[in-house]
Amino acid sequence: MVLKVANITKAFGGLTALDDVSLGVDAGSITGIIGPNGAGKTTLFNIITGLYTQTSGEVYMENKKISFFAPEALAALGLVRTFQNVELFGQMTVLENVMVGSHTKSSSGFLSCAFKFPRQIKEEKLIREKSMRWLEFTDLDEHAEMRADNLPFGKSRLLEISRAMALEPRVILMDEPAAGLNSRETLQLAKLIRRIKELGITVVLVEHDMDLVMDICETIVVLNLGKKLTQGTPREIQENPAVISAYLGVS
Amino acid sequence: MTKEKRQIFVFLIFALALLTIPFLLRESYLLNVLVFIGIHTMLAVALNLLLGYAGQISLGHAAFFGIGAYMSGILTARFALDPWLVIILAAVSAAAIAFIIGFPILKLKGHYLAMATLGFGIIFYIIFNETVGWTGGPSGLSGIPNLQIGGIIFDNDMCNYYLVWIITIAVMLLSINLSQSRIGRALRAVHDSEVAARVMGINAWVLKVQIFTISAFISAIAGSLYAHTMTFISPASFGFNFSVELVTMVVVGGLGSIYGSFLGAAILTVLPEFLRVFEDFDIIIYGLMLILITMFMPGGLISGFQLLAQKVNLKTKGK
Amino acid sequence: MDNLYQYLLSGLSNGAIYALIGFGFAIIHNATGIINFAQGEFVMLGGMLALFFLVFCGFPLSPSIILSILIATVVGIIFERLAIRPLKNAKPIRLIIITIGASIFIRGAAMLIWGKDTHALPAFSGNDPLYIAGATIMPQHLWIFAVTILVIFSSRLFFNHTIIGKAMRACAYNAQAASLVGIDVRIMVMLSFSISAAIGSLAGIIIAPLTMTSYDVGIMLGLKGFCAVIIGGMSSGLGTVMGGLLLGLLEALGAGFISAGYKDAIAFIILLLILFFRPEGLFGKKETERV
Repeated sequence: MVLKVANITKAFGGLTALDDVSLGVDAGSITGIIGPNGAGKTTLFNIITGLYTQTSGEVYMENKKISFFAPEALAALGLVRTFQNVELFGQMTVLENVMVGSHTKSSSGFLSCAFKFPRQIKEEKLIREKSMRWLEFTDLDEHAEMRADNLPFGKSRLLEISRAMALEPRVILMDEPAAGLNSRETLQLAKLIRRIKELGITVVLVEHDMDLVMDICETIVVLNLGKKLTQGTPREIQENPAVISAYLGVS
Repeated sequence: MTKEKRQIFVFLIFALALLTIPFLLRESYLLNVLVFIGIHTMLAVALNLLLGYAGQISLGHAAFFGIGAYMSGILTARFALDPWLVIILAAVSAAAIAFIIGFPILKLKGHYLAMATLGFGIIFYIIFNETVGWTGGPSGLSGIPNLQIGGIIFDNDMCNYYLVWIITIAVMLLSINLSQSRIGRALRAVHDSEVAARVMGINAWVLKVQIFTISAFISAIAGSLYAHTMTFISPASFGFNFSVELVTMVVVGGLGSIYGSFLGAAILTVLPEFLRVFEDFDIIIYGLMLILITMFMPGGLISGFQLLAQKVNLKTKGK
Repeated sequence: MDNLYQYLLSGLSNGAIYALIGFGFAIIHNATGIINFAQGEFVMLGGMLALFFLVFCGFPLSPSIILSILIATVVGIIFERLAIRPLKNAKPIRLIIITIGASIFIRGAAMLIWGKDTHALPAFSGNDPLYIAGATIMPQHLWIFAVTILVIFSSRLFFNHTIIGKAMRACAYNAQAASLVGIDVRIMVMLSFSISAAIGSLAGIIIAPLTMTSYDVGIMLGLKGFCAVIIGGMSSGLGTVMGGLLLGLLEALGAGFISAGYKDAIAFIILLLILFFRPEGLFGKKETERV
């Protein structure tokens, strides 16, 4: 198991957003986390990626305890995420956005950057080439020199994925990657996520688009009102009466 | 020409132009103004690394300028230490102070950071005023020696011009290099979205402290040069008003542009000279510039120049 | 002993002024999330306008005060209208710079209009000390305490018991939800700037007879007011009063027993310590984390 969440509870003041949630993610799999609004999916993501601190419980990555790790420390371990509302570096070019993704894979310090030591020039060239390849991966290479906040919405989602890939992660968490995409773009996204999996990278996604989830995920975890309802294959989930009633609001 | 070659070309022209000016301009008064533009450019570039690139405001940068000036002034005028050694010592001290204060101060964001840096600046201003035994207090510190290398004494405008501008041009070059490297991208990433930058593995807090430290280092060098060229310093040059003036230079010239910092420094240095006729108008004009540029030209005046350059470029390509 | 008493008294009256100014910061901050760097300039405007009407125009006291507050309030509204409203969704850094720009502009305009001289405003009820229970007190101190109590009390009434006051609090809490229930958020923001300007100028008027006034008193007074509100915590009205009084007392004791020159440093050292170790203020509540 590449990622393990054990007994996570998160309370905001008096409100319990997550209540004793545990789940495991197999290495190299695509795992979906679904649930009605307010189920606690994004809160769980925020805890795993170090943006929130849990009230209790632990997170493990490859048996290493990563609870309370800062996002930058997790990035160094190869855990990266994308955001529901797309968090690009708007004033930088598309290519530069992806180049930032190489930050943990490069090492030139202040002095060697300021004085342009030969090693830094070489590293810079390498970063640029690798980043261009990640842009090609999502068909964004022709927009390389465009300012990121001028990209249309669908493409900005792709850019966020390219940037995350530049980190050469082992696990990528995607927070509603299909939100705001049209059906053609969603199909492309499904293909893209499969290609990411083929590279041996574990994908975890929170998603509302059931067709997409059922299509690409091998395992699905269902959250409801901060509790884990069930976990299973797409077929098992589709046939589970508890899941159906949770979505229909019947208790 | 590739983008990179064009950039080198532009920089060479810029540097050569500045270094030939003294041959064309023999008037001492103008050279003197240009020396100040150089010192202000250095300060504006230093602040721009923090404000324009990393997006973190400092309303207390005059303090680092003052630390450089007073350390150089006191240690050379009162203790006759080697001035060049003292410049390095002063810069390292200012950087050390910035580094220590940077960790708690750069945990703060936005308005709170602004107020904290402001408070920090005023505390140093009060120290400059009150430690009369060292600094001479409000009446200032005089008798600071000019710098010298071998037989050359930097006691005239021509010498000072080259002294200041060679260092300023070097600071600009290094800053441009830095801004275009992985560090520069990381700084701009923190500016645009700190959360996303952290998720990309950038330790935003430490990076901010590092750039704050470097910024203080450069500011202190500018302070030392100021002390040695003026040979007299007083606290009035290192107060809150000057910190705000530095922010104005960076904003008016262009946030996140090294040439913009030069432009802003030049404008804000020359303006009071022009306004001498209407003596008290400079404050109100600074205020107006800050408001209008922030509202209508967030890229600063340099962005206007860049648009112009692009148009010219397109035209020449058309031919 | 007699010295101590004098220190305490002047400390408390300065502290009351800091509290009033801090109150102005909190009102705008709670409505908009902005720290208005021009807050101190409203204080300066109050003092200078009162001086202008009272001394130069020879108006009686009350109309001078009312006119001064009115004009400062109008300046506050114009400022909000021209500089803040167009930048509604801007990043904090631009808002900081624009309020700094506005503060320099107002200060510069005041200097052009009234010059650089320092003036004393005549005390409202003369300079004959009053003897109360064996202690002396200047009538102006009483004015300051009375006005501060009045302002704090009436703003409490206003924010807790009037529709407009409640609407402003609703905006502070959640602007989007407030606009959904029919509150015009823009008017509430404008109102916060006008109330804040009015309170600031009032503070400037009542302190002017004790501390003198000039075009540039706004910087320091504004910063001290900010310290007061940071000590007390943005979320707490009573906290701001306590913060102001505490700051005033510490300053007065520091000036009296340590050194007058370092008096101003005290406020800023406290400011830094609070921001570093307890950013929610001594009396404020901790905000829940949000990303």
